[in-house]
Amino acid sequence: MASDKVNKSTSEPLMVQITITFLGVAFLFLIIGMPLVAVFVEAFSKGFKAYIEGINEEYAISAIKLTLLVAAISVPLNLVFGIAASWAIAKFDFVGKRLLITFIDLPFSVSPVISGLIYVLLFGVHSALGEWLIDNDIQIIFAVPGIVLATVFVTFPFIARELIPLMEEQGVEEEEAAILLGASGWQTFWQVTLPNIKWGLLYGVLLCNARAMGEFGAVSVVSGHIKGETNTIPLHVEILYNEYNFVAAFAVASILSLLALITLMLKRAIEKHTSAERG
Amino acid sequence: MGIHVQNISKKFKNFVALDEVNLEVKTGELIALLGPSGSGKTTLLRVIAGLEFSDSGKVLLDGEDASKSKQNNNVGFVFQHYALFKHMTVFENVAFGLRVRPKETRPDEYTIKSKVMELLRLVHLDTFFDRYPHQLSGGQRQRVALARALAVEPKLLLLDEPFGALDAKVRKELRRWLRRLHDDIRITTIFVTHDQEEAMEVADRVVVMNRGKIEQTGTPEQVYHNPANSFVYDFLGNYNELDGWKDKDGTIHLAETVEVRAASSTADIVKEKAGSWLNRYPEITGLLKKVMPRLHADIAVPSTAVSGTKKPFAKMKGKGKPVKIYARPHEMYVEKNPDDHEYIQAKVIHINPAGSLVKMELERSNGNILQVEILKSVFERLSINKGESLYVRPKQTKVFE
Repeated sequence: MASDKVNKSTSEPLMVQITITFLGVAFLFLIIGMPLVAVFVEAFSKGFKAYIEGINEEYAISAIKLTLLVAAISVPLNLVFGIAASWAIAKFDFVGKRLLITFIDLPFSVSPVISGLIYVLLFGVHSALGEWLIDNDIQIIFAVPGIVLATVFVTFPFIARELIPLMEEQGVEEEEAAILLGASGWQTFWQVTLPNIKWGLLYGVLLCNARAMGEFGAVSVVSGHIKGETNTIPLHVEILYNEYNFVAAFAVASILSLLALITLMLKRAIEKHTSAERG
Repeated sequence: MGIHVQNISKKFKNFVALDEVNLEVKTGELIALLGPSGSGKTTLLRVIAGLEFSDSGKVLLDGEDASKSKQNNNVGFVFQHYALFKHMTVFENVAFGLRVRPKETRPDEYTIKSKVMELLRLVHLDTFFDRYPHQLSGGQRQRVALARALAVEPKLLLLDEPFGALDAKVRKELRRWLRRLHDDIRITTIFVTHDQEEAMEVADRVVVMNRGKIEQTGTPEQVYHNPANSFVYDFLGNYNELDGWKDKDGTIHLAETVEVRAASSTADIVKEKAGSWLNRYPEITGLLKKVMPRLHADIAVPSTAVSGTKKPFAKMKGKGKPVKIYARPHEMYVEKNPDDHEYIQAKVIHINPAGSLVKMELERSNGNILQVEILKSVFERLSINKGESLYVRPKQTKVFE
């Protein structure tokens, strides 16, 4: 905020300051704040009891369980993949490095619906693999494996994208120093590399998790919408909404909104920590 | 540890970083790899350390092929930007090399502690053991890096531009300190630098590198006073380049000299003419010594055949093999009233009187700039002012053919 000591020539007139701040806040409220508030208003419109009933219901609970399961599988997978890929990209030179970076970005540039469709085409009944899968009694599409695959695909850039610039900035000198001091590859990773990236990694995991739980498009294509079996929270919200069960729809949606708020708070805490560490 | 570098070549895509480099370092030596950026000195250091693989050739450490021994626990490496582990305290940084050892060879906690503290005392940082790297100054960080490298008791210490990122004063202190440390522990040491003063001051031997090749190897004295070629000469300090020529007898002459009538002291009867540089006359330097006793350092006997003559009107007209004559700024002799040596004429365009030597820039009629350093006493005796025209000649020169 402008204090009395601010040089007049380098600060905007008061009116301009107020107008710009107002525009910014108003826009944020309109686009992000109001919908968020609306979710909770709608969820509690028939009272607290109706809210609890909306959530504490067989299909809602199974959707929550499935979402947690999918996140619990896909986040660790992407964690390992993200660290491995960014380690390779940031610390080594190899043929095809550019290509790998492009592939990591692919899920960001492709519509989630297409991402889901890819798996349907790959593992669906009419695909080459499909018959073999049926013969061996393995179900991927319209089942949990498909949902996990689609979620992994959509969320896999988050951790790698967070780590690559960080690791590139840090360079390889500390690792080289560790190796020359006699450390093994694993010792170097656990004792030197990982502590240096831990906050960036946590940040990436957080974003990855939020997206894994909230993904709709890709999951919608591969899920098959089987109530109590292949519905995740976002899919369940859609079904409830289409059934005009607004209170329950918004009650379940409020869980995702809460998750978003917690994510933001944690993210803020991490940012505070990293900036304090750097300062 | 003795090092044999044999025919090492290394390319980065199209850039030749090292080109058939051979080098021998004896046990206990302190060697400086000196060269401009891109000369391959850091690459050579990294190849010796095993951080970089050469395309051909090999490095023998105590007769053993370095690329074949699995782990290089015998090499201590200090990085230009320290590469300290940011999240570890000073103590933990130094202890790292001991802690990562396999169980059988890892010292117990008490030994680690006493050893680390001993090293920290050696680098005068024992009171800083619980600090983090970001709480230290650049010089302190560099000393931690050194202590960390020494903790594993390396037989070979490699330093990559160790003082490059530090300010001038700290750099000088650390230089002296490194020299003393080496005198104490006598560990084979190679350090990379682009600072010729640093190399000269610290090293037993200097290896001058350029474009992936070693130009010259020798003691600081050898490379400074007997540079193998114009590159080495150029790199080891400022210099003036003058056109000259060599006559049938092998005597070097200055081109475009002004002819001075010995009989006349007035400077206005001079004209441009190719003059002669004849073999040095000891009596002239002797005479100068007598006239200007304080100048004796300035008139040290020239190392090559360039000096004055008593024959002011030499017959040579510049018909000989053209050569380049090189002379350091402090090897330039200036005079207002010339004697019968060959002189060139130049105008004073800048005077920097700070320091024990007065530094001047002189401009010749052809636009070339000469750098001249003279003793303050000489400067005062001649009472030189900016804009004045002076007679200049090199006292000591180098000619590379």
